[in-house]
Parts: sequence; structure tokens; C-alpha cells
Amino acid sequence: MRIIFKTTYVQDIKLMKHRGYVFWYSILMAAVLIAPAVLDEFYIGEMAFIFIYAIAGLGLMIPVGFTGLASLGHAAFLAIGAYVNAYFLQEGYPFLVSLLLAGIISAMIGGLIAVPLKRMTGIYFAIATLAFAIIVEEIIVHWKSVTGGLGGMSVDYPVIFGFELGEIWQFYFLCLAVLLIVLYGTLNLIRSPTGRAFIAIRDSEISAESMGINLSIYKIKSFAISGLFTGLAGALFAHRLAFLVPDAFNFLLSIQLLMMVVVGGLGTIHGAIFGAIFVGLLPQVIAIAKDFLPHAIGEFPGLEPGLFGLILVLFIIFEPMGLYGRWLKFKLFLEMFPLYRKATFKRQKTYLKTERVQ
Amino acid sequence: MELLQVLITGLGQGCLYGLIALGFVLIYKATEIVNFAQGDLLMMGAFFAVTFIGILGLPYWLGFILTVLSMAVFGYLLDKLVIRSMIGESQFSVIILTISIGYIFRSVAGAIWGNDILSLETPYSGEMANIGGLIISQEYLVVIAGTVILSLALFLFFRFSSLGVAMQASSQNQLAAYYMGIPVKRVFSLIWAISAVVAAVAGTLMAPISLVGPQMGFIGIKAFAAAVIGGFGSLPGALIGGLIIGGSEQLAGSYLPTGLQEITAYLIMFLVLTIRPQGLFAQIQQKKV
Repeated sequence: MRIIFKTTYVQDIKLMKHRGYVFWYSILMAAVLIAPAVLDEFYIGEMAFIFIYAIAGLGLMIPVGFTGLASLGHAAFLAIGAYVNAYFLQEGYPFLVSLLLAGIISAMIGGLIAVPLKRMTGIYFAIATLAFAIIVEEIIVHWKSVTGGLGGMSVDYPVIFGFELGEIWQFYFLCLAVLLIVLYGTLNLIRSPTGRAFIAIRDSEISAESMGINLSIYKIKSFAISGLFTGLAGALFAHRLAFLVPDAFNFLLSIQLLMMVVVGGLGTIHGAIFGAIFVGLLPQVIAIAKDFLPHAIGEFPGLEPGLFGLILVLFIIFEPMGLYGRWLKFKLFLEMFPLYRKATFKRQKTYLKTERVQ
Repeated sequence: MELLQVLITGLGQGCLYGLIALGFVLIYKATEIVNFAQGDLLMMGAFFAVTFIGILGLPYWLGFILTVLSMAVFGYLLDKLVIRSMIGESQFSVIILTISIGYIFRSVAGAIWGNDILSLETPYSGEMANIGGLIISQEYLVVIAGTVILSLALFLFFRFSSLGVAMQASSQNQLAAYYMGIPVKRVFSLIWAISAVVAAVAGTLMAPISLVGPQMGFIGIKAFAAAVIGGFGSLPGALIGGLIIGGSEQLAGSYLPTGLQEITAYLIMFLVLTIRPQGLFAQIQQKKV
């Protein structure tokens, strides 16, 4: 086990804590960069999809994992990003402008919706975000001149400086670039005063407020940043879908996003990435497993959502820290071997925390 | 007259929302768990009713009683086997847990009864009642009557039976109730059973009006808005919230441009929450240090 002796603040906030980080992340980066040359086109497409999910996951992680604001309506931001991007491309704007506009407009709507939301707590907040998503979906259905309504709207290929990104590997690198920027942004955010204020709010609103953190402003900021990232993901998602219909952004997509951050591990950046890989791979695994299952079970249409639900239940009950928590335990097990004690991560017995005034 | 007609339909629809909201609030009041699977419990109740009455061909009342009893057992076991382990966890985890339980229910219901839409024949289906010139379908009358009877029964139960009083006590203060010798865990499971019964009744009443399918539980999302308007934690509030939403939804459907009907419930909810963040009949206030 490596123990780092920190002597300066700069060392404390370093992104790469020691040389092991540099080594392993360089290998990962190299693997991601050469993947399009090695892998089949289908897998490149799936990996690009996972990158998009990871961007959206980071966007959702900021309010849910870091600020403690449970959002059940993040599909709305994905939809806003997708439609804004598609609309401006249709109007003839260059791709980079429409991508940025998708992020900015989504961020502005995120900040605006947070103004009435910020006073609500717990369950009220969650249901209000759910209602927001449903309202956005209805607006998309009825604002036919911009969104094409139920008839849908096709999305043009992204064109950067007169260079059309039609090939799947080009799209792959586009998603990778956006993911890296968003990832770097999130890492910086979390070690900045703003990110620390978010975490303080998550851990206790009352103590955060007594430390001089303005709850309203930081909640609005959290939602706006989340809107920005999720909007960018939405813009890329539009290209992946190639044809937008309002039904693609329903309640189930919000839940899928939420499932991603929960299964990955709430409150960690790794969690968003792990969750995206999990959600991206699960349909493939189910498709492969179908070949081995008896026909009646394998062909049953509700199988996938049911399995999603079951996996989520098992994670919530047995591994609330998600995949990243499992990985941390495994890492500690290797580092401490043979001295690892199960009790290290034992959950404390808790009692019902009431919200009522007694 | 036309307005009155619209309002009566809204009343019937509102009673359904109110019943589902009642199920949310019952569980929330006692255990502070928000049960996102309430709509899916309703769906299960409706499917049980279809099975007993439609498929097995039992008489309506016998089928109804069997539905209620089996859902009571179902709710009790759901709490005992799954939800109990979540006590003390953050509210967010519990929300995710109940949402995913809802997923499993829909999937299982689709596997057992198929994803096709079924309908439930009742002795009163398709008949119209004429009350002072108002034409009301009997199904809505039965819904309204059922809601009144159920609310009255719940009121009497919580007010006068010792179990009901024990439930109120454990909802107010678990620890104190436990010291007084109330088996708090079993009381919680019983509350889940009652809530499942309410869902079963709502499902059986709703089955003849809207068709029965695995997706019918999504009505629960609108009932959420009803519960929130009423102030999550107040039983009369939930019913009134349901009536407000049902009524205004029908009014919006008749007098406002299309598309507004679907979102009226949420717009009203936003309005109420912006003015009174705790809902109309608030029981929860912000915690003070």
C-alpha cells in the first residue's frame, strides 16, 4: 500500500496523485486511441455510444452525486440538447456552433428551472424534476414548426470546417474529444471552491449554510452546469439516433440515466464512467445470453427492462456504493493482502432519519 | 350544464388519482418511504381482478374480495422481504429501489398476462345513469361511491381501532411507539398491506374505465402530482389534491387548446409548489437546527 506524504496544497489537489496514475491512465488513453484501428466498426459505434452516456452521466452526477439533488427528469436536458443541435444544423449553422448552442441553451434552461426548484427538498424536488421532463416532452410534441412534433426530425451529419464526419470512427473521436473536455471540466470543478460547496450542500444543507454557502446560488449553478454537460451529450446523442422523435426522451430514459450513476457509484467521477460502460454493455450481454436461454424466456419483450430493474434492486440493497465501490474494496483487498478485514467497509447500523419536526 | 357534466367526469377521474395518492401518503406518513411502485401495485391489482373475475369467471364481489385479500398479502410480503432492509438508507436510494421494483412488476405482469390490453366486464359496465338531466356513466358513479366508502373506512380505522391508533403512534415516533410495546416492524408491513389494498381497490375500479395493461401504472405519476399538491403526508390532502387535478384536467381538456390537458396536473403542481413549497396541507416543514 502506497501512502503519499503531502506537504503542499498544490500536491493535495494534483490530478495525478502519483506515478502509478500517470502510467495506468496513459495506457488507457493509448488503448482508447488505437481502438478504431483494431476493433470492428460495430464495436466502435458502441464505444462512441458509451462515451455519450458517460458525458450525460457526468452531467447527472453533478446534481445527484455531488450536490445531493435527486433529478428524475434528466432526459429533458438530453432532449433539449438534441433538438437544439438538430435545429441549428438544419438552419445551416456550422456544427461547432450548434454543439455549443445546444450546451448553452440547455444550461440556461437548467439554471432557470432550478429557480423554482431550489426551495423544494427531497421528494418534492424529485417529483418536480419529473414533471419538468414531462412538460418538456409535451412541448416538443406540440411545437411542430421547430421540432417536427410526433412526425420527428432528421439530423444532418456533423460538418467541421467543411469536413464531413460521416464515418463512424470520426464520430468516435468527436465523442471522445467532448468526453475528455467534460471530464477535465468535472475534475476541475470538484476540486474548486464551487465543487466543494456542492459537496458540502450534499452532506448537510444546514451546516453548509452556516459555513456561508449561499444554497440558492449553488443549487442553480449545479443545475446549470449539469444542463450544459447533458445538453452536449444530447447533441451527440442526436447524431447517434439520426432521427429524433419525442418518445425517445421519455421517463424511461431519465431512469436509465439515473440507473447509470447509481450502478456506477454515486458521488464519484469513476462511477459515471463505470455506469456508462455497464449500461452500454448490458443490452449486448442480454442479446448474447438470449441465444443460450430457452426460446420462451429469450424472446419475451419485457425482459430487458425487468432485468434492468432487478439489477438495480440488487445493487441498492447489496452494493450501494456501486461498481466503483466494489472496485475500491477489491483494490484494498489486493493492497492489504493477507490483512484485509471485511469489517472495513461494514455499513453502520442506522435508524430512520425523519424529516418531520418532532 | 355542460360545465357540470365536465366537472362530474373530473370528479370521477379525480377520485382515482386521489385513491392512488392515498396509497403514497399512507406509506410515506408511516415509514417516510416514497413508493414509486404504487401505480404498478394498482396495475397488479387490476390484473388480479381480471384474473379472478374475467378469466376464472368468479362472481364480481367474490373476485373483488379475493383481489383485495391477495394484494394485502402481496403488500405485506413486499415490505417484509424487500423494503425492510432499506430502513435508514437515504431517501434517494429508496426512490430508486421502488422505481426498479416497478420495472420488475411491469415485466413480470407482461410475462404472465401478456402485453396485450385486457378489459374487465362488470355488472355495471356500459350503463348510464340520468341524474337530474346529467348523463353519467355508472362506472364513474361506482368510482365516486367506492372512494367515499374507502375513505370513510380508513378514517374510522385510524380513529377508533387500536391497530389504527398504533399505526398513528408509530408514524409519529417510532422509538416511543416501540417502547410502548407496539411491534413497529409488523405495523409497517401492515401499512404496506393497507396501501396495497387501496391500490387494489383503485385498480379494480379503474379497470372498466381504462383498459388493463402492464403500462397502466404510469397513471401513478399524475397521482404523485396530486399527493404533492395535497402536501405529501396528509390523507385528506391527497384526496383533495386528486380532485383538484382530476377536475382541472377535464376542464383543460374541454376548454383549452389541445396538449394542455396532459400537462395541467404538472403545471398546477409547479404553481402550488412555487407558492407553498410544502403543499396545501403541509405536514413537513423544513428542519430547524
